Amino acid sequence: MTAGGGVFGQSVGRLEDPALLRGTARFVDDIDLPGTLEIAFLRSPFAHARIGRIDCTAARAVPGVFAVYTLADLRPLLTGDHIFAGLPSPAYRLEVPRKVLADGEVVYVGEPVAAVLATSRYIAEDAAEQIDVEYDPLPVAADCRAALLDGAALAHGGLPHNLVAEFEVGYGPVVQVFSTAPHVFADDFSLHRGVAMSIECRGGIARYDPLEDRLTLWSSTQTPHAARRLLCDLLGKDDDLVRVIAPDVGGGFGPKLVFYCEDAVLAASAIAAGRPVKWIEDRREHFMATTQERDQYWAMEIACDDEARILGVRGSLIHDHGAYTARGVNIPQGAANCLTLPYNIAAYHLDIKLALTNKVPVTPIRGAGQPQGAFVMERLIDRVAAELGLDRAEVRRRNLVGPAQMPCEKPLRVRGGGAVILDSGDYPATQASALAAAGWHDFPARQKAAHAAGRHIGIGLANYVEATGRGPFEPVRVRIGGNGRIHVASGATAMGQSTNTMLAQIVAEQLGGDIANVTVTTGDSAAIERGMGGFNSRQAVIAGSSAHAAARAVREKALFVAGHLLEAAIEDLELVGPDVRIKGVAQKRIGLGAIARTLEGLPGYPLPGGAAPGLEAEESVIIDDMVYSNGTAVAEVAVDIETGAVEITRFTIAHDCGKLIHPQIVEGQIVGGIAHGIGNALFERMAFDEQAQPLTTNLGDYLLTGATEMPPIEIIHRQSPAAFNDLGIKGVGESGVIPTPAAVIAAIEDALSPFGVRIAQAPLSPPAIVDLIERANRAEIS
Amino acid sequence: MDDRRDLTLHINGQRHDIRLAARKTLADAIREDCGLTGTHTGCEHGVCGACTILVDGDPVRSCLMFAVQAEGRDIRTVEGLAERDNLHPLQQAFINHHALQCGFCTPGFLMLIIGALAREPDPSEAALVDLIASNMCRCTGYKNIIEAVRWFEGRRSEKGES
Amino acid sequence: MKPAPFTYHAPALLEDALAILGDTAQDDGRVLAGGQSLVPMMALRLAQPAHLVDIGRIDGLGDLIEDSAGLTIGALVRHQRFHAPAVEGVLGRLLRYVSSHIAHLPIRLRGTFCGSLANADPASEWCLVAATLNARMTARRRGETRVIAAADFFDGVMATALSPDEILTGVQIPHPLPGTKVGFYEFSRRAGDFALAMSLVSYRIEGGVVTDPRIGLGGVEEYPRRIAQAEEIVAGQPLESDVLERTAEATAAAIAPLVDHHTSAAYRRDLARIAVLRAFARAAQGEPADG
Repeated sequence: MTAGGGVFGQSVGRLEDPALLRGTARFVDDIDLPGTLEIAFLRSPFAHARIGRIDCTAARAVPGVFAVYTLADLRPLLTGDHIFAGLPSPAYRLEVPRKVLADGEVVYVGEPVAAVLATSRYIAEDAAEQIDVEYDPLPVAADCRAALLDGAALAHGGLPHNLVAEFEVGYGPVVQVFSTAPHVFADDFSLHRGVAMSIECRGGIARYDPLEDRLTLWSSTQTPHAARRLLCDLLGKDDDLVRVIAPDVGGGFGPKLVFYCEDAVLAASAIAAGRPVKWIEDRREHFMATTQERDQYWAMEIACDDEARILGVRGSLIHDHGAYTARGVNIPQGAANCLTLPYNIAAYHLDIKLALTNKVPVTPIRGAGQPQGAFVMERLIDRVAAELGLDRAEVRRRNLVGPAQMPCEKPLRVRGGGAVILDSGDYPATQASALAAAGWHDFPARQKAAHAAGRHIGIGLANYVEATGRGPFEPVRVRIGGNGRIHVASGATAMGQSTNTMLAQIVAEQLGGDIANVTVTTGDSAAIERGMGGFNSRQAVIAGSSAHAAARAVREKALFVAGHLLEAAIEDLELVGPDVRIKGVAQKRIGLGAIARTLEGLPGYPLPGGAAPGLEAEESVIIDDMVYSNGTAVAEVAVDIETGAVEITRFTIAHDCGKLIHPQIVEGQIVGGIAHGIGNALFERMAFDEQAQPLTTNLGDYLLTGATEMPPIEIIHRQSPAAFNDLGIKGVGESGVIPTPAAVIAAIEDALSPFGVRIAQAPLSPPAIVDLIERANRAEIS
Repeated sequence: MDDRRDLTLHINGQRHDIRLAARKTLADAIREDCGLTGTHTGCEHGVCGACTILVDGDPVRSCLMFAVQAEGRDIRTVEGLAERDNLHPLQQAFINHHALQCGFCTPGFLMLIIGALAREPDPSEAALVDLIASNMCRCTGYKNIIEAVRWFEGRRSEKGES
Repeated sequence: MKPAPFTYHAPALLEDALAILGDTAQDDGRVLAGGQSLVPMMALRLAQPAHLVDIGRIDGLGDLIEDSAGLTIGALVRHQRFHAPAVEGVLGRLLRYVSSHIAHLPIRLRGTFCGSLANADPASEWCLVAATLNARMTARRRGETRVIAAADFFDGVMATALSPDEILTGVQIPHPLPGTKVGFYEFSRRAGDFALAMSLVSYRIEGGVVTDPRIGLGGVEEYPRRIAQAEEIVAGQPLESDVLERTAEATAAAIAPLVDHHTSAAYRRDLARIAVLRAFARAAQGEPADG
């Protein structure tokens, strides 16, 4: 792999930064096309209702309004009413695809009913208020557990029940283990994650060219090719006639990988209106109409022996799916699959039920189920430690998969049916390094001293093993231009995670080492034939592997051709900066640009050495196996037992994501993930009332982690090269968020140990902490 | 009834003569009528701080002002920080410390920091964290932003600048 | 989230502002000062005033005047003005400390003291200060000026005694008497958030016992106020822990707590009790602030 570029593994300056810092970057709302109309959506104020008449007369009459569209108005342009976007799964019991706009029934507050097109968003909002809709409210399925009971209100009036999907995950002799185990402990967990809250909301601008029958949609999306495919299907157009471009994207975190009703309406409206049409989501819409995660209820048991060896884990999970299928069953699937990964557990079974509710659909947010799975496993292990009177780290040490077991095949399957093979990593050493850095073994003494001084401090730890690098491929094309500039194009899509810099580093490493000479195009369905985009911490692994392969192919070809042109053996050549040259004879050289021009050919002249035309290569390296990052997080907290306020005083994480492409970027991903995880532990709750009305629809009510809530963070890097890709890398984008809620909650429980409180929920607010203490006090008295 | 009026805004030393409705926010006017899209709107209700600009030297949330209130004021936005090819030292600090990822909140942070440090240079540790807590970021976790500011302040006091 | 249309007025003279407001108040004409509370409400279309009277260009409204009676705060005095103590002594230190709890710097550079009072958010720090320190509000309408005592000013959640055509042109905080101790404690989820509970206490010690106690509570009820039942307990008593406990418990018992989906009445009462105790603890240290 050593091509001597000197940029792989270095914290180079990012390609993305100058434009972003100068304010010259282009996010979707920055795109201005002549004649653009702006859309405001009329959204359902009811969680469940029949729709009767929709009267747009007054709205259409508002000066500045161009048109008002309902589904009926757009149907002539659509091949069907529905957006079929779910990933396949045998788990489904009900098919609930979204319609492009609501038709006859609304099933969540915020569901789009009509679109107003006007000369400004201000006017469009005025007009939307003038639309008169007859709603006939229906019973509401507001809670995912209640929704699965007999006689529950139906989330969709026309469906027989609310059980949208169910499946099991497991292996081993579970029944036998639980019937013979020396110890079985049970716990129920209530977990809630909220919204993604990218600082840039969703949005798009669509332009239709009737001369060429071409539609272009700039969309703040994580998956332009998937969006292109869906639009082609919806609009009945050839692949080449629809182009989706992700401009600069202000954060994605998951929900922007979904294709939405609003995206379809934008595209259809641009055709119907004959003018460019723009829609920019506002923050209130983001809370009620962008997909989110919400509630999970786990009822679990853990079986162990007297030495705290875990013999089995089993239980059931109820997951709130929301009102439609917008992505799939991946969150509970990811949660179920990750529980037992770090540990040697011979028997495991989880029953999973997904419930429809009258709330916005649920799709993955950073972590994609793994934060919940890790939370449950780590809390169960803490329970074992507490019951057997053992140190929590020691219980883990006894059960962790060890380095000698690698690669370790687990009796689980990923969604496509492939094996789960932990490829590399030293989990015990990772844990040990985190504990050492965090002062774990000194903590009991510190805790005692603090308690004597009237302070309640606690420490908690959590391990994680994270599936990264979701395949099967991400194409990358590397092409040298006639001026020697290196052009990289990929189906990968950036949303802040430094994708372009990552690709430039990998390519430049093979081709001269100067990332300033690399232009990267990502997020454009026209730049490369196919692609999948950004999610599942996949792009460094999957796109990076293709970039590496393509760059190597170009390098080999460049050296081959240069060898012919310089009349030298390939072993005597080196590629430095823009030139291939003979080692030790710097003046005998030829530029990459000149080689590229040679391979453009001259009429009548054969190409050198019988090489194929063009100094370029496109690769789609197939990687079906995921690679597994791991880590250990340790959190220290101080709890004010009177108010329930929690301060996180220190945070340590030892992590292993294989080789580091750019250490500073890796650390940035981890710290950002930790901030999000702290939000999931203490602050973030997307609240609804019993009528499924959203209660937290602004940033005053929905709380995010701010700078004052962040603890000092120490990061320890370990690098166990990944086994399944040449670069030896693993994903890291979700690593920070996965163990954090577990570690923080465990620390709070430890701080409250004088009260014998057990905590099995996240997020945990100050009133909830006060309540736990009071109940524990009352229990002690009685 | 959409009270439209002519207005002159002075932004980064340049004059913009525009015509808009009184209800148009300063953020929207800067972006749409003046074509300066570096200032971003993240929430439109004054909490996230992405829209922070300088008005007469004060860092303020441009989504919480109407454009008509800003006539006669000296407005500075992110586009006015760099001088041609030379980035502002704070921008360079952000690069060196990887203080931005998606970059959407970044202009707001830059203007917040520049405005605040001009008023009260050399803040204490706690005051700096408190300042950074004014704005929201979902990508960075704030650590690198704070380190970038410390480096920037350190460099400024080295150079003896106020 | 764009505001509904309105007609914008930016008079240069207070008399003109009063006249315009007098003419438009029945059409929901509203005063625009700092805008940090009003503009978000307009963006969410929770407020849709047909007329906005921007008082931001009126000279003289930004005065902060200290005289023998007290500190008079004009309509355009922004929160951040109190950061450099606006007046010497314990009052200045208190106002500086309280102001640091209000949102964040960019909000404080625009939002106004008087605007907070007119807005009357239950969790507004300045409303608590005004209520506890017996501030006097000057309200003007066309042809008429009146002074409203703090005890008569707050009427409910976001409701005051101001009539729609009145502008709050100034608030006077009396000077605390020599030897007054003050303490302020606020509990919120994150720095700068609205208070879930806050308390401002002031008192003097004469002859070893508490005199002139003022116990103010904010963020827990519809509006901040002095809690008379608690003041009665501590008045004339030495500042001992059992007295303070009883005072704090009386506070918790005396309030009609605000309840929402994440805050129960019981928790609010707990916080009220704790806030009073901690405010007293800070007052006893001799500084309004902690440390």
